[in-house]
Amino acid sequence: MCPENAKPTFIKMKISKLAKLSLFCFLTISLGTTTFAGELENVSSSASIDSKEGHIKGAQKLNAGELIMEHIADSHDWHLWGHVAIPLPVIVYNPERGVVVFSSARFDHGHKSYAGYRLNEKGKIEAVNETGEVDAHITTLNHSLTAASYDISITKNVMSIFITIAILLMVFISVARAYTNKRRGLAPTGLQNAVEAIVIFMRDDVIKAGIGEKKYEKYVPYLLTLFFFIWINNMLGLIPIFPGGANVTGNISVALVLATLTFIITTISGNKNYWQHIFAMPGVPKGVLVLLTPIEILGVFLRPFVLMIRLFANIAAGHIIALSFFCLIFIFGQESLYGTGGGLGVSPLSIVFTVFMGFLELLVAFLQAYVFTLLSSIYIGAALEEPHHDNHH
Amino acid sequence: MELVKPEFGLVFWMTVSFLIVVFILSKFAWGPILSSLKDRETSIEDALNAAKKAKEEVSNMKAENEQLLKQARNERDMMLKEARETKDAIVNEARAKAQVEADRMVSAARESIQNEKMAAITELKNQVATLSIEIAEKVIRQQLASDEKQKALVNDLLKDVKLN
Repeated sequence: MCPENAKPTFIKMKISKLAKLSLFCFLTISLGTTTFAGELENVSSSASIDSKEGHIKGAQKLNAGELIMEHIADSHDWHLWGHVAIPLPVIVYNPERGVVVFSSARFDHGHKSYAGYRLNEKGKIEAVNETGEVDAHITTLNHSLTAASYDISITKNVMSIFITIAILLMVFISVARAYTNKRRGLAPTGLQNAVEAIVIFMRDDVIKAGIGEKKYEKYVPYLLTLFFFIWINNMLGLIPIFPGGANVTGNISVALVLATLTFIITTISGNKNYWQHIFAMPGVPKGVLVLLTPIEILGVFLRPFVLMIRLFANIAAGHIIALSFFCLIFIFGQESLYGTGGGLGVSPLSIVFTVFMGFLELLVAFLQAYVFTLLSSIYIGAALEEPHHDNHH
Repeated sequence: MELVKPEFGLVFWMTVSFLIVVFILSKFAWGPILSSLKDRETSIEDALNAAKKAKEEVSNMKAENEQLLKQARNERDMMLKEARETKDAIVNEARAKAQVEADRMVSAARESIQNEKMAAITELKNQVATLSIEIAEKVIRQQLASDEKQKALVNDLLKDVKLN
């Protein structure tokens, strides 16, 4: 109980936690290496099968770029290892056929079409003329129906969003309960402590600082949800195996929705002063306004656009870099280059780089969530800003 | 270019689920968390203020106590001084009264002695007078015991009488 004793144990705990964390990072990264390696073998073996069938000539050469792009793109099943993948529900709607729901296992990895739909080589759903379960190679594409179809399948990214949401709800509702149950008014413990530190940091140093003392409270729920949603998604993206590994925040659609929400909130919140500064900057001559106003109007749309690009590009780039380092092993390991020895020789270097990138990405995961929330707060704050008297002179 | 092309399905699910999460979390998580954080902050602030106030009060009370003690000490000193004065006054008064009484008693004694003395003197005078008269009687009787002596006396007396 005495404070002299409490301090060393606290530090010890910190050190052991840090050690555990780094061990965890290392394990996930090395696990990633193994699953990814398995997958690569898969790809090359299927490529050789394909070449035997005569569809792809000379496909033995590894196409790293295509492989990486395929990896960070969304998909209709969640690949685990080897030939094992979790099939996800496919939901397609078009006016002619109505809503169709079935398992993506029906597509048999693109080899079959089902209920008038097939997967193309990019993993997108296309409408075909033949309904029923037929070989995808003999189906014919129905262009007009494909254009009219809305694919609202629970894809890998959607599933990952749901997992993130489940984590968010579990963590924060249980933490919120700690504030209202019999421990009410007592010092926080465990998870509550960790969450509280971050919540207070976000509230005081990001949201309050960005929006301003007076009006920040209304926006705290959105911005906190935004921050934790992005952060948890980023962190899940760093885990290479099942519950993680999806490139959610590195997907333009997700970043687009988040940036759009910030844009909508900013636009709705904008007061007279905000719009005045956009359309007619006070204290600026008319001639300059002709030039300035279009720039300001462009800026209104540019800001959320940049917000979207920043998040999307940073996270996608993280995934691309991590995958590139692993691809190095297999590029060097190709028969045409150095063979298995080359691959083995490069792998230590690859692993060192990937571990380094893993740590960097841990930082980036937090940083991007932080930056997105901070900039959102600043934009909302700018929309709410009251006129300063020293501006009108 | 697939990478930068938004997909309808993902945008749809993302929008719907994110808005629901914002709603649920703000109602069941951020609300209670933020309000209790605020409560705690205000209660800590209040407690600190109260502690500060109590400290001030204690120091005030200390000063007050010292003041009181000082006052009490002064009062005690004054009372002691007064008592001493009273005592002296009483003693002095008693002494003066005693003196006066003693003086009065002495003077009364003196007076009564004087009176006694006078009475004794008067009695003595009277006694002397009586004795003198008795002596004179006896003397006269003796002197007038014979006729010659009486005749002599009358003659003597008559000699003094001048017949004008």
